[in-house]
Amino acid sequence: MRAFANLLERLAFTPARNAKLRLLRHYLEQTPDPDRGYALAALTGDLKLRTVTPGLLRGLMVERVDEQLFAMSYDFVGDLAETIALLWDTDRDEDVPLTQAVALLSETGKAGLPTAIAGMLDRLGPSQRLAFLKLATGNMRIGLSARMARIALADMGAPDVAQIEEIWHGLTPPYQPLFDWIAGGTRPEQAARAPFRPVMLSTPVDLDQLGAFDPADYIAEWKWDGIRVQGINDGGVRRLYSRTGEDISGSFPDLIEALNFDGTVDGELLVRRGEDVAVFGDLQKRLGRKQVGKDMLDSHPASLRVYDLMIWQGRDLRDLPLIDRRAVLEGADFGSDRIDVSPLLEFSTWDDLAALRADPPAPVIEGVMIKRRDSPYVGGRPRGPWFKWKRDPHVVDAVLLYAQRGHGKRSGFYSDFTFGLWDADQLVPVGKAYFGFTDEELRELDRFVRNNTIERFGPVRSIAPKLVLEVAFEGLNASGRHKSGVAMRFPRISRIRWDKPASEADHLSTLKAMIP
Amino acid sequence: MRADQILHPTPAGLYCPPGDFYIDPVRPVHRALITHGHGDHARSGHGAVLATRQTLEIMAIRYGEDFAGQQQAADGPIRVGDTTVSFHPAGHILGSAQIAVQPDRGPKIVVSGDYCRHPNPVSAPYELVPCDIFVTEATFGLPVFKHPDPAGEMTRLLASMAEFPERHHLIGAYALGKAQRLIMLARGAGIDGPIAIHGALQRLCDYHVHQGIDLGLLVPATAKQVDAQLVIAPPSAFASAWVQRFRDPVIGFASGWMAVRARARQRGVELPLVISDHVDWPQVTQTIRELAPQEVWITHGTEDGLMRWCELQGIPARPLRLVGYEDEPE
Repeated sequence: MRAFANLLERLAFTPARNAKLRLLRHYLEQTPDPDRGYALAALTGDLKLRTVTPGLLRGLMVERVDEQLFAMSYDFVGDLAETIALLWDTDRDEDVPLTQAVALLSETGKAGLPTAIAGMLDRLGPSQRLAFLKLATGNMRIGLSARMARIALADMGAPDVAQIEEIWHGLTPPYQPLFDWIAGGTRPEQAARAPFRPVMLSTPVDLDQLGAFDPADYIAEWKWDGIRVQGINDGGVRRLYSRTGEDISGSFPDLIEALNFDGTVDGELLVRRGEDVAVFGDLQKRLGRKQVGKDMLDSHPASLRVYDLMIWQGRDLRDLPLIDRRAVLEGADFGSDRIDVSPLLEFSTWDDLAALRADPPAPVIEGVMIKRRDSPYVGGRPRGPWFKWKRDPHVVDAVLLYAQRGHGKRSGFYSDFTFGLWDADQLVPVGKAYFGFTDEELRELDRFVRNNTIERFGPVRSIAPKLVLEVAFEGLNASGRHKSGVAMRFPRISRIRWDKPASEADHLSTLKAMIP
Repeated sequence: MRADQILHPTPAGLYCPPGDFYIDPVRPVHRALITHGHGDHARSGHGAVLATRQTLEIMAIRYGEDFAGQQQAADGPIRVGDTTVSFHPAGHILGSAQIAVQPDRGPKIVVSGDYCRHPNPVSAPYELVPCDIFVTEATFGLPVFKHPDPAGEMTRLLASMAEFPERHHLIGAYALGKAQRLIMLARGAGIDGPIAIHGALQRLCDYHVHQGIDLGLLVPATAKQVDAQLVIAPPSAFASAWVQRFRDPVIGFASGWMAVRARARQRGVELPLVISDHVDWPQVTQTIRELAPQEVWITHGTEDGLMRWCELQGIPARPLRLVGYEDEPE
């Protein structure tokens, strides 16, 4: 578990994705089975162990340390598992296999748990103690998605990410057949029903680029602003996957219940009330919930708008041309009014389509999708057959208020910017942006920050409010968590307005008026 | 004479009336005894300074030769007013000392300054000085602080340098003491090649070499191209444009605070190294046990934890709440 503890520590402090992937890959390459499989499952949250309560851990501690000293320590450290890992008094530092720790946490009965945990802590040095306690409390907080784990696995050997994704959901920790396959063995049988299939993605396009193509070769449909999902009913096994293959079935029991068909369909997850499709903010309220209350199910009903059929009634349609799949789609019976088909748009020239895009019938539409009629369904992001032509972003002119130093390639540069808008005579922070500018502009912004700093708080500086930034963003949600009451989606700096005085920046009321 | 008539806190620092001197004053005074060369303990502008020869030389490097009206190097017992003072190694940094104050009448007081009992190649080892009243720091005065073996931290540094061979490793370390200790630890861990140092470290590193501490090949980290994977710099350098010359560096920091994740996160550190030149909890409590003083005074740090421990041991203790000393000074 020493290597696992080191990995956890490095991942916790490493912001860059590629560096995280390298750390993980090296760990997986150097660690024997089954430890590495359990580690992988622990990191991605797929390891189901008995969860140890904070009360149990606190109880172990107050038997060993003065209660006041424990309270002061906890107050200083701020995290219970970490406090205990640091406080625990032992001179031993054995390298206990992770598998042993996993076995302890999955097999020990409730009554024996305190003694077993104390016995394990007695054998471990501080970093392993922390790793063990994080495992025991089920609270890794590493920011490593299953998707990233699969990318690291793909970097280790021949199978690519798409191939691993196809079999992923049939596997269970410690993933021995998967590691055997990566090491050159045979591909594991797809044992599980309702596997995730790699999703076909589009590339961005604009009117100029479209000019090179014949509109007659394409169909178009609205780009709905929900979440791209794959809905499956495979012989009664129902699943809902995100487009990166995360199983999100648990958050959407209402939609799962409505998947009354036999097949694998590609569509957009939306909150829909009758004919009215709700804005993204409503769908967001349903995300990431382990349990959904009845009130939420009633007030925010989930629905699926189908774009495409991948597998239908036992037949894999993915090699067929899009129009042939579309013909099946339009004749399909989904067995529920929660599921409908994304309608096609009528157009004969790109200008027709531009006019539709400029004036969509609902605020939840964020542009148009353009797809070649003859395109087979290919997982990944092939260049060309499918385009997304998003509506123009919203923009506001905001004032730079705070800047924070970046990491990695931006080390030493102030590259994360908090900006605000006027509310009466005050500037209220409304968002943060850390891209959209060129390297040259970054150097200019960095210089501006250094020359106009009012105060420093660690890596953050407050800036004299005089530089106006044009901020582009995709959408707005009302937000109770933000002081301004709004949360921007995908904000970035589209222009630096060196010319514009701060007093002429936009007002918060202007932004609020844009909330759909 | 009562103990608090011999030594008591004032806004300028700890004052000794029978000797008419201050210890580590934070403002200019007419007579100062200084434990060690860190900037918050050793300030310029005093009328007269008594300190170890190395501390005086370090102050001259930092503030110029005329940093005080008079300078006197401590060597053996010295009469100051109605007291006899002596300086004893504190194991904190080069030249660091504890100051023992023996008044003509009354209890003997030892002011530890900052001290450390881990072996440290850049400092003479801490010496246990029997006393009636022990004045201790409590920088790491909570039982969560058990500094690991620095060799283990070096193993982590080496592992990261091997894992990311294309990335410079920029380790923040305070310019006096920690930087040189880190270099010595790196040498001990087998880093034989050049180590790059920020310009702010040059003169203090030169001084250590002059004092017989072989730091090996050091190259300046001021050039546009830095040809050493390991770069050591004072923490303030990470906020400056200097760091922009490195493409995608791994940023680390060597400090006892790195044991606590929230502290390491605050610093935006990718590689926290728990290396401290202060006593940790086991050491400070062991020291008090060994000295068995009648009373413990705590100068600065997280004194509540140590106060509570003294209470549990039945040792009278009081906090002096001295202001002006930093957590781990630059």
